[in-house]
Amino acid sequence: MSGEAILRAEGLKKYYPIRRGVTRSHVGNVKAVDGVSFDLHSGETLGVVGESGCGKSTLGRLLVQLEQPTEGKVWFQDRDMFTLSRTELRRARRDIQIVFQDPYTSLNPRKTVGDIVGEPLEIHPEVVPHGDRRRRVQELLDLVGLNPEHINRYPHQFSGGQRQRIGIARGIALNPKVLVCDEPVSALDVSVQAQVVNLLQDLQRELGLAYVFIAHDLSVVRHISDRVAVMYLGRIVELGDEHQIYDRPLHPYTQALLSAVPVPDPEARADKKQIMLSGDVPSPANPPRGCRFHTRCPLLQAHPEMMERCSGTEPALDLHDDGQGQHRAACHFARRLIEV
Amino acid sequence: MTSTTEPARRTRHVRNARTWTPVDGTLLQVDDLHVEFHTRDGVAKAINGVSLEVRQDETLAILGESGSGKSVTAQAIMGILDTPPAYITGGQVRYCGTDLLTVDEKVMQTVRGAEIAMIFQDALSALNPVFSVGWQIAEMFRVHRGTNRRDAEEAAIRLMERVHIPAARERVHNYPHQFSGGMRQRIMIAMAIALDPHVLIADEPTTALDVTVQAQIMDLLKELQAESHMGLILITHDLGVVADVADRIAVMYAGRLVEKADVRRLYADPAHPYTLGLLESIPRLDQQGQRLNAIGGLPPNLTRIPAGCPFHPRCRFATAVCRVGAPPPLVEIAPGREAACHHVDEVVGHHLLTRDLGVAAGGTR
Repeated sequence: MSGEAILRAEGLKKYYPIRRGVTRSHVGNVKAVDGVSFDLHSGETLGVVGESGCGKSTLGRLLVQLEQPTEGKVWFQDRDMFTLSRTELRRARRDIQIVFQDPYTSLNPRKTVGDIVGEPLEIHPEVVPHGDRRRRVQELLDLVGLNPEHINRYPHQFSGGQRQRIGIARGIALNPKVLVCDEPVSALDVSVQAQVVNLLQDLQRELGLAYVFIAHDLSVVRHISDRVAVMYLGRIVELGDEHQIYDRPLHPYTQALLSAVPVPDPEARADKKQIMLSGDVPSPANPPRGCRFHTRCPLLQAHPEMMERCSGTEPALDLHDDGQGQHRAACHFARRLIEV
Repeated sequence: MTSTTEPARRTRHVRNARTWTPVDGTLLQVDDLHVEFHTRDGVAKAINGVSLEVRQDETLAILGESGSGKSVTAQAIMGILDTPPAYITGGQVRYCGTDLLTVDEKVMQTVRGAEIAMIFQDALSALNPVFSVGWQIAEMFRVHRGTNRRDAEEAAIRLMERVHIPAARERVHNYPHQFSGGMRQRIMIAMAIALDPHVLIADEPTTALDVTVQAQIMDLLKELQAESHMGLILITHDLGVVADVADRIAVMYAGRLVEKADVRRLYADPAHPYTLGLLESIPRLDQQGQRLNAIGGLPPNLTRIPAGCPFHPRCRFATAVCRVGAPPPLVEIAPGREAACHHVDEVVGHHLLTRDLGVAAGGTR
């Protein structure tokens, strides 16, 4: 949990061009990730939450170099990932791996489990000598709780939860130091979800992995994360440890998000205070000026006199007092909306 | 309601020949329903004796994981199962006293939409991409009531306003892809409530949506129910959504109901090990960083449901009696409360680990 930052993102931006007409002229940009910075320490879990379209998956893909950033840097162990030579990058990639959301489409249906989990070992032959690979794959299957004898089976012979275990086995095959998990349990049923969350925690303890855990399920993120980043329209709007975000949220968006989560307790129904957000998330091609959240902000609706400031200047991710200390939130008027 | 200005020959609409009145406030009663799917791998027994009832003003939640048969139950009630591969092999679906499984398709057309309507999970694939949303909503009036185009469009605009779609008049000619996920789901809801149905079946209405939008949609459904006194069947796998809106819950596992109870008692003191396991597997605050109480194993393959209680391979209470013979029947263990387990006495009052569920989800209390 402690120690120096193993992975550092600095002002990361990813714009996708919008092209129109027969000439495919460039008419604008979808600003999927628009200036994201954070540190990840070795062995810790950073949760990234946000609604669909907030850029959290793009962020994950940038971290593992599946996308080239428009701007910004990713430092891995104090080396800038985007300036590495091909061979250096190849070496560095062994240390940052990814597990994808959908266990049905992220596994090649025509390959056996042995081929899928063994593929990283083929690509990086220096990690495990050729003769030992099959044994290593079986070890990995055992580690993620699958029967090592099923090495010759195909993905369709497994259930969703088992397939996600295959994806995780592939992710940890090269002994990475950082594993980016992009919605690893979202496609799974509740009872199976808990099994996979347990597996990820066991692996972290055994292998000392650091996770970037991207999800939209706030209670799962709370369970697994040491620190949490809340994203809205391509930016981090609040960053803090799990208690700071969930018990003392400062950004109105975080508070609205938390209050919208249905609580699995019928007794809480009566005294539930919900901050209802109006409207939908604006298009990332044309984010609002000033604070990106000001078009839906419940705080601003209650205090229209703040309009000039909120629609004029974009707030930075600064430290604010949360009552028991300080943590970072990008809001001019960061404070509590409802008392918990 | 047939328009008098429109010549009858142009409207091949479905005439609602009869009126339906609830029997003692009960709108819909499903009795011992059985559905099988004939597949290449054998016969999958998707539903094995499901009985439930919905009353006016009531919200019944059917809770279950994928493959538990909750959506198939809804499709059987609506009469929209494809045969083959699906075959209804037994049971009754009584709406206002009439078994819908025996009436002919003409009558069924007057029931579907006008009496029982359904909202599907994925609004984008449930809406037709090549017609404007206004046209698709108005179709309900044109087909069922023979309303002319202009009046039907006006009615569609009023419905879009009723489900709080901003600038409805300007957007009535827009196509589904021009709307966001939440707005599409509102359009689906507008279509479903167009003819003031008495029963609304919502099949995972918010699963594909973000939490803030999810809350808006659930609010809308509650509001509409309060206005029209519909019976609402909410099909979901989300324990949080159920706790928020349901009056009664039916928990499904491998095509059977394993527990029926009112929402408070089910969450406070579950009577079936599966319900207990589901509630315990929710992440909670005082377990931070510890292992979750997962239910081991996987749901059974429906073509090879184990003998005895279908849950026994995953059940920590299972004994020899659970592994043989017929599955335990759903019996009344207290007034208004049923469970299908040989060990109900042990499960009820079992120290429920999840005492303070709410806190784990965040600052909502």
